[in-house]
Amino acid sequence: MHNKSLSELSAALHNSEISSVELTQHYLDRINQHNGTLNAFITVTEERALEQAKVADKLLAENKAGVLTGIPLAHKDIFCTKGVRTSCASKMLDKFIAPYDATVVEKIDQAGMVTLGKTNMDEFAMGSSNETSWYGPVKNPWDTDRVPGGSSGGSAAAMAARLAPVATGTDTGGSIRQPSSLCNLTGLKPTYGRVSRYGMIAFASSLDQAGPMANSAEDAAWLMNVMSGFDEKDSTSVDRDVPDYTANLNDSLEGLTIGLPKEYFGEGLDPRVAATVEAAIKTYEKMGATLKEITLPNTGLAVPTYYVVAPAECSSNLSRMDGVRFGHRAEDPKDLMDLYTRSRGEGFGEEVKRRIMIGTYALSAGYYDAYYLKAQQCRRLISNDFQEAFKEVDVIMGPTATNPAFRFGEKTDDPVAMYLEDIYTINTNLAGLPGMSIPAGFVEGLPVGLQIIGNYFDEARLLNIGHRYQQETDWHQRIPDAFK
Amino acid sequence: MSLDKHDVEKIAHLARLSIQEDDIPHYARDLNNILNLVDQLSAADTNGILPMAHPLDAHQRLRPDTVTEINHREAFQAIAPKTEAGVYLVPKVIE
Repeated sequence: MHNKSLSELSAALHNSEISSVELTQHYLDRINQHNGTLNAFITVTEERALEQAKVADKLLAENKAGVLTGIPLAHKDIFCTKGVRTSCASKMLDKFIAPYDATVVEKIDQAGMVTLGKTNMDEFAMGSSNETSWYGPVKNPWDTDRVPGGSSGGSAAAMAARLAPVATGTDTGGSIRQPSSLCNLTGLKPTYGRVSRYGMIAFASSLDQAGPMANSAEDAAWLMNVMSGFDEKDSTSVDRDVPDYTANLNDSLEGLTIGLPKEYFGEGLDPRVAATVEAAIKTYEKMGATLKEITLPNTGLAVPTYYVVAPAECSSNLSRMDGVRFGHRAEDPKDLMDLYTRSRGEGFGEEVKRRIMIGTYALSAGYYDAYYLKAQQCRRLISNDFQEAFKEVDVIMGPTATNPAFRFGEKTDDPVAMYLEDIYTINTNLAGLPGMSIPAGFVEGLPVGLQIIGNYFDEARLLNIGHRYQQETDWHQRIPDAFK
Repeated sequence: MSLDKHDVEKIAHLARLSIQEDDIPHYARDLNNILNLVDQLSAADTNGILPMAHPLDAHQRLRPDTVTEINHREAFQAIAPKTEAGVYLVPKVIE
């Protein structure tokens, strides 16, 4: 049952081959069986899930069900879920019961889907290995000595081990795509503004975007249909019609022009990853696409630009965690300043503190022009590179990450080494473009992802391109032995 | 430039973060490494380049100035560390 696509599950539910309660119980059992090993979930909402499943079964029986009604799902623990702990994997929010639902949660509930629980992640989505979580690291189902990637590492591990049929993630610098690459998933970061950020705990507001993490492009398309759309509660939400993302999945790729940025295949890329990605791109050539070498000359600026913009925005966003209205409060504060500094000092982990301090410094008097303004200008240069490229090509392809999953502790001593993990994904966030990672093969038993970047609002095209590849290959159907 | 112990203390104060004395050297080291990475930006020619605040250069949406939210005080204060009679309690600020 846990190897079926969303449309197969939908058919099984609609044909009464299985009830939503049975399906939900099947996944809850799998979570109970494997979560001890993987640490993929922070909170399992068993009771709530079975209640939602009962409601779904009633809708199914009355023929009032939608396509995804009764299908279980896991939410990254960054989305506020009313009445359920929403921790963002931080001690700061360990006891935070969200008083309202994120728009994404609300839309998914309205579609009749069943929430299994909240998945582990890097604290406040700051990290690329899921090692910064206050609840401990998540293990990669493909090799439990290795990281699942981050920050959406819990969703990625849960999906790879088939503990949920589909999951949500968020991506500020690669946090959907890099774990998707390391765990053999299809993960889509939509165009900035496509999916509402309301109730999604903010990290870097001009970069954050939610998206699906799925077993196939087709499944991702189904969830995109539910997640996307204008929301007046998000001031940066884009008011634009949502297409049916499943409608054009089978379109021909004949005549597609694929740009290959030479900066994505240079120094720093594991040659085995390069070979895997190049083989995937060759498959596209066989399917009728034309390849063209392009250049994104300012690629090297992406990581430094990000580490000004993202910390600056996070230092501002996280100032709301002050120990006064919600979240962790230090014991016996002697005065207000002591309350602020100790609550925050105790509540935040190391990486979060580092980024808050970098952002505070970059925004402090006298440094604004040298750091923040300069970074915003570099951001424009990076974005201009993409727009130049899209004059000649339809989509851009390259690796999602420089390497397959690495071992725990391998990059934790040097924050900068960890930051470079996102070198191929960060610039799409800076430009606000949609990007997707799909399974492209394996290196010594570890998954490798192919990244596909499109122009603004080209999500349907990306999903079509992913889907056609998945008709030709079966990488995306592979499951680690221990979780079959 | 390079941050020293005093700079780290000042930044931590501005950020309202208590940090342990023993941890200052490694914060200084890490922050300097990050700033070295960031300093690569100074080599970029950004003359005449407009700063980009929003990927789609969208403008802030306006809405009519009408009440859209109802009072959620009880729900919001239910998750607060310390409240009394509808207000949030903090240590005494004014003597």
